Amino acid sequence: MSPHLVPVEHDSVGRNDRPLQITVDGEPVPGIVGQSLAGVLLADGRLSWRRGPSGAPRGVFCGIGACFDCLITVNGVRDVRACRRRAADGDVVETQRRDEER
Amino acid sequence: MAVRQVAVVGAGPAGLAAAEAALSAGATVTVIESAEQPGGQYHRMLPRAYQATHPQRLQHHWRAFERRRRALLHPDCTWWPECTVWALEQAEPGMPPRVHVLDGSVDGTGRPRRVLEPDALVLATGVHDRVLPFPGWELPGVFTAGAAQALAKGERVVVGDRVVIAGTGPFLLPVAASLTEAGAGVLAVLEANRPATVLRGWASRPWELAAQVGKAAELAEYVVGQVRHKVPYAMGQAVIEARGDGRVEEVVIARVDPDWSVIAGSERTLAVDALCVSHGFSPQLELPMAAGCALTAAGFVEVDEDQRCSAPGVYAAGEITGIAGAPAAVAEGTVAGWFAAGGAPAAVSAARRRAAAGRAFARRLARAHPIGTAWPDWLREQTVVCRCEETTYAALCRAAGAPTREDPRAVRLATRAGLGPCQARICGQTVTEITARAREQADAPRAEPHRRPIAQPIRLGELAAPAAQAGPSDRPNMKESES
Ligand SMILES: Cc1cc2nc3c(=O)[nH]c(=O)nc-3n(C[C@H](O)[C@H](O)[C@H](O)COP(=O)(O)OP(=O)(O)OC[C@H]3O[C@@H](n4cnc5c(N)ncnc54)[C@H](O)[C@@H]3O)c2cc1C
Ligand code: FES
Repeated sequence: MSPHLVPVEHDSVGRNDRPLQITVDGEPVPGIVGQSLAGVLLADGRLSWRRGPSGAPRGVFCGIGACFDCLITVNGVRDVRACRRRAADGDVVETQRRDEER
Repeated sequence: MAVRQVAVVGAGPAGLAAAEAALSAGATVTVIESAEQPGGQYHRMLPRAYQATHPQRLQHHWRAFERRRRALLHPDCTWWPECTVWALEQAEPGMPPRVHVLDGSVDGTGRPRRVLEPDALVLATGVHDRVLPFPGWELPGVFTAGAAQALAKGERVVVGDRVVIAGTGPFLLPVAASLTEAGAGVLAVLEANRPATVLRGWASRPWELAAQVGKAAELAEYVVGQVRHKVPYAMGQAVIEARGDGRVEEVVIARVDPDWSVIAGSERTLAVDALCVSHGFSPQLELPMAAGCALTAAGFVEVDEDQRCSAPGVYAAGEITGIAGAPAAVAEGTVAGWFAAGGAPAAVSAARRRAAAGRAFARRLARAHPIGTAWPDWLREQTVVCRCEETTYAALCRAAGAPTREDPRAVRLATRAGLGPCQARICGQTVTEITARAREQADAPRAEPHRRPIAQPIRLGELAAPAAQAGPSDRPNMKESES
């Protein structure tokens, strides 16, 4: 029912997964080395993490850095496109909302 | 003649071919790419850290790509991965613009700035999906088809288990193939155009197709693959609405006329956990616009037979000049790189013919998969058109109807459509079309949604720090060590 990673044992490309961990709004979230932050969040079953001006949820839309729907704060730096940023072990991710900015 | 310095922006199929050709013509080349690895969209690679034993299983034309990316290891080539061109600045008349580069990961901080002053500039920045708005398209779980493709091919993330792929164009097929390969259930692939439209587009001037057998064979492979995997492929059908509470849960599918108006009574719903949509592609035009390159009527970068743009010293290649697939992008890149390096015309006549055939192919593709003019009928008053600012269809129509708002920019200022974080990349063309339609005049003043002097975000601290005047080899070559 949710986005997920192709199970490593069934993946025809033959991956060698090495774990990493980030926190999202304080909560630990597991990932694998090489994933984008959007990839980590999606593979964790999350479809949305940002809120638009009306408070409506948003996640990945374009996947390649054009739509800016996926913006997050990474290690204190705002407005990072999650789909274009590699996850690093220990990244502190905070979700953003535009409804409270105004 | 002194050795020419060529800067290539983008290391997709077009940019890599340009680098290869410019090197063989004797130039020194700098390739600037915002991703970590070469390949672009077509040859999107798995992260090196996945240590995949069979990465080629997800790729077409892998061997040719392996050869082409070796150009980056050439002693006269400087490879700048994870570097983003954030601005082009007109320096001297008659010369290509100065190239302003940020060195470091996308949207980082404290990234050093570098400036290049090449003798010629090749722009090969590619495209992103164009998605028309429809009710519910802003729900999480609605992705562009390209996003689903990039996640499956580039990260092995599958967007859902019950997936519908909808829109128009042959690109829907490779996306269905990738998702199926990755284990997702693809419930339906819906092409909005009818067979008659597609056949009319393809079948006219069949001799043009012969030159594109590479792409045609790949497409045939997908169709056979579809049959094998039994993914239902339907034509003349569209997803006209996505519904759900906080995420997509079902889609409304309708049969549509050739102009994409909904056939009343044909609507049905289908439960899904992801929807992937593509109605075509929009070129990444910020850099060509900043360089002063003229555009075609269809909104792509205008080039001559040598891939020269209207701006001096600037060449463009690949899908920013029109949508014709990766083989055509390679041919265009070869021509662009060769002439940017000052090569003699005779040596690239074959690539020039292939590039011309690619342009003909692009015209056929556009004719075979047009966007039906009746799509705004799918919208409701409250449908979001600008995703960033959540500008509704009703607000846009109201603003466009006001007599004082002749200028499309005035409509934007009044509604904020196109002024959010994406800077109208997603809604620009749509807003222009809706505005024109609302005013019932076909030739509304042309908006220029791609005029973004800052092509990619830069932070104030980075802007304040002085930039290094970079010679082509100022940064140690970060060689691709992977085989
Ligand atoms: C998300 C997506 C997925 C796709 N997947 C497929 C597929 O699987 N199969 C298929 O047949 N077609 C696919 N396509 C179509 C694709 O456009 C072509 O197949 C082909 O990749 C076009 O080649 P190109 O060289 O013109 O551009 P691209 O391959 O898009 O390469 C452009 C490169 O330029 C870089 N770039 C852009 N702007 C800058 C900048 N300012 N600074 C530095 N670098 C920059 C980008 O990072 C990118 O690597 C896809 C398109 C999209 C949008
Ligand atoms: S999903 Fe569009 S910018 Fe990240």
